[in-house]
Amino acid sequence: MKTNFLLLHTITRIVTFIILSFSIFLFFAGHNNPGGGFIGGLMTAAALLLLYISFDMKTIKVVLPFDYSKIIAVGLLIAIGTGLNSLFHGDAFLTQYFDYFDVPVLGEIELTTALPFDLGVYLVVVAVALLTIITIAEDDA
Amino acid sequence: MNNLVLLPVLVPLIMGVILIFFRNNPVTQRIISGITAFSMLVISVYLTYVIYQDGIITLELGNWKAPFGIVFVGDLFSGLMVILASVVGVACLFFAFQTIHTDREKYYFYPFYFFLLTGVNGAFLTGDLFNLFVFFEVMLIASYVLIVIGGTKYQLRESFKYVAINIFASAFFIVGVAYLYSITGTLNMAHLAVQVAALEQDGVLNVIAVLFLIVFGMKGALFPLYFWLPKSYYGPPAAIAALFGGLLTKVGIYAIMRSFTLIFTHNPDFTHNIILALAGFTMFFGVLGAVSQFDFKRILSYHIISQVGYMVMGLGLYSPLAIAGAIYYIAHHIIVKSALFLFAGATQKVTGTTDLKKMSGLLKTHPALGWLFFIAAISLAGIPPLSGFFSKFALILSGIQQERYFIVFVSLIVGLLTLFSMMKIFIYVFWGSPSLSEEETKKTKLGPLLLPIVPLVALSIAMGLGAEPIFSFSTQVADQLLDPSIYINSVLKE
Repeated sequence: MKTNFLLLHTITRIVTFIILSFSIFLFFAGHNNPGGGFIGGLMTAAALLLLYISFDMKTIKVVLPFDYSKIIAVGLLIAIGTGLNSLFHGDAFLTQYFDYFDVPVLGEIELTTALPFDLGVYLVVVAVALLTIITIAEDDA
Repeated sequence: MNNLVLLPVLVPLIMGVILIFFRNNPVTQRIISGITAFSMLVISVYLTYVIYQDGIITLELGNWKAPFGIVFVGDLFSGLMVILASVVGVACLFFAFQTIHTDREKYYFYPFYFFLLTGVNGAFLTGDLFNLFVFFEVMLIASYVLIVIGGTKYQLRESFKYVAINIFASAFFIVGVAYLYSITGTLNMAHLAVQVAALEQDGVLNVIAVLFLIVFGMKGALFPLYFWLPKSYYGPPAAIAALFGGLLTKVGIYAIMRSFTLIFTHNPDFTHNIILALAGFTMFFGVLGAVSQFDFKRILSYHIISQVGYMVMGLGLYSPLAIAGAIYYIAHHIIVKSALFLFAGATQKVTGTTDLKKMSGLLKTHPALGWLFFIAAISLAGIPPLSGFFSKFALILSGIQQERYFIVFVSLIVGLLTLFSMMKIFIYVFWGSPSLSEEETKKTKLGPLLLPIVPLVALSIAMGLGAEPIFSFSTQVADQLLDPSIYINSVLKE
C-alpha cells in the first residue's frame, strides 16, 4: 500500500514559507539587533531540511539543483571580499562603512558593508548545514 | 596600522577558497597552488624584513582599538615562524605534486593544504588569546581532513584518536581562556601581560599558567601528552606527514614560548622549572621511542617528540642565550625534520615500504638520495658544521652557565641516542647488498622527487656554515621576546 503524505506535504509547503520569511527577517535584523547571517542561515537550512524530510531526496534535488560545496566557496569569497574592500580604501582589514539612503516605499534605510559580509556567512552556514546532513543521510541509503 | 601583517593569513585563505572551484581539474589546482605557495614565501620574507627594519607591526582589525578589538602583531619571532612555515609549505607542496594520488587531489587536498597554512600563520601572527584559539581550530580542522584524506583503514582508526585528543585539548583551551578572562577581564595578549603583572601572578594565575601549559603541551607533544603523535603521523602520505611533522607541533611550542615569555613571566621559579622538567622527560622518552622502532616514519615521529624537548628546554632555562638557542633550534628543526620526512616519502616511492628491515643497499642504486639523507640525518643529530650543532651548543652552553648539569647531561645523552637511531636508518636502508633489481631501480625517477628536498638540505647546511649571522638574528629575536614591554607598548601604544 502506498502511504499518502497529503497532510504532511500540505503543511510543509505552508510552514516552509513561514520559516523562510522569518529567516530572511532575522538575516536583515542583522548587526544592530539579534539576528544576522548565522542565525538566518541556520533557520533557512532548517526550512530546506523540512522539505528534504517530508518529500524525498530525489524530488528536492530537482527543485534545488545546487552544488553546496560551491556555495560554501562563494559565501567565503563574498565575506572575504567585504573585508578586502576596506583594504582598498586604505583602512584596516574588515573595517565597516555605513550610510543612510532614501529609498522609495521603504523610506530612509541604513546600508552597511556588514550586510554583504553577513550574506557570505549566511551562504556558508546554509550550505555547510545542508551538506553535512545530506551527506550523512545519503550514506545510510 | 599596516595590512601587510595580515597578508600571510589572507593569501592562503582566498586562494584556498578559489581552489574549491577547480576541484576536478588537478592541473589548474597545481598551477594555482604552486604560485600561491611561492607568493606566500615572498610575502613572509618581505614582512620579516619590514619588521626587522621598522620594529613590531600591529594591525587593529576593523579599526576597533586595542585592547577591545582583535589585533594582529608581527614581531621578529612571528615573522621568522611565518617564513619557516612558507618554506616548508613550498617544499611539501612540490613533493605532493608528485606523490599525492589524483583521488586525494579531487577530495579538496589543495584547499585544505592552504587552510592549514592559514591557521598556522594566523596562530603565529595574532595578538589575541581567543583569536589564537580560533586559528588553532582552523589549523586543526584542516589537519583532520588532511590526515584522513584517502581513507585507508589505518588512517581512519588513528585519525579518530587524533581528532578526539585535539577536541579534548581545545575544550581545556576554552576553559583556560575563560578562567583568564574572568580574572583579568581581557583577552588581548599585551593587555593580559599588563594585567597579570599587576596581579603579580600568584595562586590561581599559576594554576591557569599550568593549564595553558597542558593545553599547548598536548598540541606540541610534550611529556606525558605525546602518545598520540607517532601513530597519527604514520598514516598520511609523506608530503602531509612532512608538513605536520615540521609545522604543527611547533605551533604548540610557539604558543608556549609566547605565553611564557609575555604573559606568565613573573614566577619563573615555579612555571619555568616545571617546563624544564617536562623538557627533560620529553627528550628522553621521545628518543627511547625512536631507538626502539624499526620503521622509517615512526623513528622520525618519535624524534619530533625528543626535539620538542630541546626547544622547551631553552624556554625553561630562560636566559637570552637559551632562548636564542631554542629559536635557532626551532628553525633548524622545522627545515630538517620536513626534509627527513620527505626522504622517508622518497625511499617509500623507491622501495614501496617504510619498514627498515625490508630495505637495503640503496646507496649503490640511489647514491644522491643516500648522501643527501646522510647530511640531513647528521644535522638532526647535531654534528658540526651543520645547523643542529650550533643550536644544541647554545642550549647546552647556557645550561652549563646556569649550573643545571642534570638537564645538560640528559640532552647530551639524547643527542647520542639521536645519532644512534639516525645511523640505524642509514645502515639499514643504504648499506648492504641492493634489494632492488635493476629494472625496479630504473622504474622511479628520483630527480623530480629530490628537487623539493635539496633546498631544505641546502638551507640546513647554510644555517650551519652561516651560523654567525643567523645566531645574531636569533639573539635579536630572543631579546625582543625577553623584553615584553616592547611588545606591550607597540600594541597598546602607551
